[in-house]
Amino acid sequence: MTATLPDRDTSSTRVARRHRLAERGIDRQLLLLAPALICVLALFVYPFAYGIGLSFQPAEGGVFGAYRAFFTDAYQRDTIATTLGLALPAAILNVAASVPIAYRMRGRFRGKRVLTTILVVPITLGTVLTAEGLLNYLGPTGWFNRTLMTIGLTDEPVRLTNNYWGVFFSLVITGFPFAFLLILSYLSGIDPTLDRAAATLGAGWWQRFHRITLPLLAPGLATTFCLTFVLAFSVFPSAVLVGDPAGTTRVISIAAYHAAYEVYDYPLGSAIAVIMGLVELAVVAVVLGLRSLLYTGSTGGKG
Amino acid sequence: MTTFQELRLDGVRRRFGGKDALTGLSLTIRRGEFIALLGPSGCGKSTALNCLAGLLPLTDGSIWQDGSRLDTLPPERRGFGMVFQSYALFPHLSVRKNISFGLQMRRLPRDEVRRRTDEAIKLVRLEEHARKLPGQLSGGQQQRVAIARAVVLEPSLVLMDEPLSNLDAKLRLEMRTEIRRLHQSLGLTTVYVTHDQEEALSLADRLVVLRDGRVEQIGTPEELHNRPANAHVADFMGYRNLLPMKVKAVHGDTVALDGSGLTLEGTPVGPVAPGDDVVAGIRPEDLRAGPHGVPVTVEVVEYQGRELAIEARTAEGVALFLRATERPSPGDRITVTADPSRVLVFP
Repeated sequence: MTATLPDRDTSSTRVARRHRLAERGIDRQLLLLAPALICVLALFVYPFAYGIGLSFQPAEGGVFGAYRAFFTDAYQRDTIATTLGLALPAAILNVAASVPIAYRMRGRFRGKRVLTTILVVPITLGTVLTAEGLLNYLGPTGWFNRTLMTIGLTDEPVRLTNNYWGVFFSLVITGFPFAFLLILSYLSGIDPTLDRAAATLGAGWWQRFHRITLPLLAPGLATTFCLTFVLAFSVFPSAVLVGDPAGTTRVISIAAYHAAYEVYDYPLGSAIAVIMGLVELAVVAVVLGLRSLLYTGSTGGKG
Repeated sequence: MTTFQELRLDGVRRRFGGKDALTGLSLTIRRGEFIALLGPSGCGKSTALNCLAGLLPLTDGSIWQDGSRLDTLPPERRGFGMVFQSYALFPHLSVRKNISFGLQMRRLPRDEVRRRTDEAIKLVRLEEHARKLPGQLSGGQQQRVAIARAVVLEPSLVLMDEPLSNLDAKLRLEMRTEIRRLHQSLGLTTVYVTHDQEEALSLADRLVVLRDGRVEQIGTPEELHNRPANAHVADFMGYRNLLPMKVKAVHGDTVALDGSGLTLEGTPVGPVAPGDDVVAGIRPEDLRAGPHGVPVTVEVVEYQGRELAIEARTAEGVALFLRATERPSPGDRITVTADPSRVLVFP
């Protein structure tokens, strides 16, 4: 009896410790995280850190040499403004155009699935196919210009490709479905009874929209804006294919590509990539900061 | 306050996907009345309310407010207040702003909005919670906000869609009294949807019993309670014993019945003749254990405070629900009787 007691004590403390750890979420199930963790570390964290490290090791100019080179060269520095000039309007348009369409489509009606599919198809096409289509359709000898000239609206083709507008259209075509889908799901998360309650209180459709639906949707709009903005900011293929990559659409990703793979200045390429990330972060931080001022709680609906 | 002398529903009908959810609802609501629409789920009572509110267009029929046609107006122009089952409070607005929403929609002067909002908040005793968001309130408080939001506009008609169904039993009783008190003190006209007969009987001046989209009976609580028009209404009004029986003989106002292992005398609700198959409706409290009567076997005894609720079985195995003051044991054989005037015979 006396001999077994200490034994039992140690075993009970061991059980107790395991119990205490499990209560804090530490148990053997944590091992399930290992494969994902290894992938994230090996494929994301390490290359990311390596890139940042690389950006601080330029051939000349000290630790911040690559950054100094970027910001002192107006041709490089202006890519930030060029990219923002494309990505911000495109993201705003995508969000703004999605809201009325999603609002109209928030209920149930026949053919909703077909319509949603049509609106979402551009996501699956990819930027290159979209760019090819744009070149053929909006180009100087494309249908669009030929139609304009046939009906006598213009005497010479309107230039809509290989400039700012080509890239802008491409960003809208690929970004809109994404924004639309997100906003549609945010909208269906708002309890439709709220709209009806507002109606019985004497609010017309516009008042119901801007006093009830819009405030409840606004946090979702902010999130959607951030995501479409980040997508548009890293534009590369369409800036080259339907843009003017040497001039008006020389976006920041082109600058990074040029530095890294045409000049073989890896530190500068990495520095530009880091700057690109920081600009994105800054915009996202501003938008999410504004979002935190809004009501972000339950919106009554499901989803 | 825009008000009316009477509101008339004339053959109101609403179809959903080729099926009538509500049909042939004709009803005149007088000013100051409390009307309850009563029925099981899917009976069309919420459809009727939504049609009145303007949230559902009518398939057929019309709604008239005194001389003017109402069913062609959108909900925001009908001037009715509505309390939703889920309350439908605006989650991003404070209690005060929820309540003042309707007043602001009417573009009333700021002073008046403030004064009337204050009054409504005081009316439902939410002064301390006026700055909170709905999500921070309990169910009963949310319910009071919903009511205040609807009545602050002094609407000509208040529509309530099962407003108490999300509350616990104690709060439900409290709010029931509260709703009746507000109805009286504010001189409201109310249409109240519920599936709870006790709620409907205690609140309403008149009840409309619906089933499968049709009106089964319209009447005062007393009329429905004592004289249900048919077995379905009786079922809803607490006639728990609905026994299939046969008419043996008719003697003036009473009929002799036989069947389900019982012999009884009852009062016919419609024309009956000897040999007819009928349903006899008896409330558990009108079926008494006594020295004379039909022998039955006790199966379940439930203590209910003042009385005992008993489930018994007749010789033919038909279940009977009755009340007793003395406690029998399960398996005991007792005899039960009922006053013929309390046994309703539905053809």
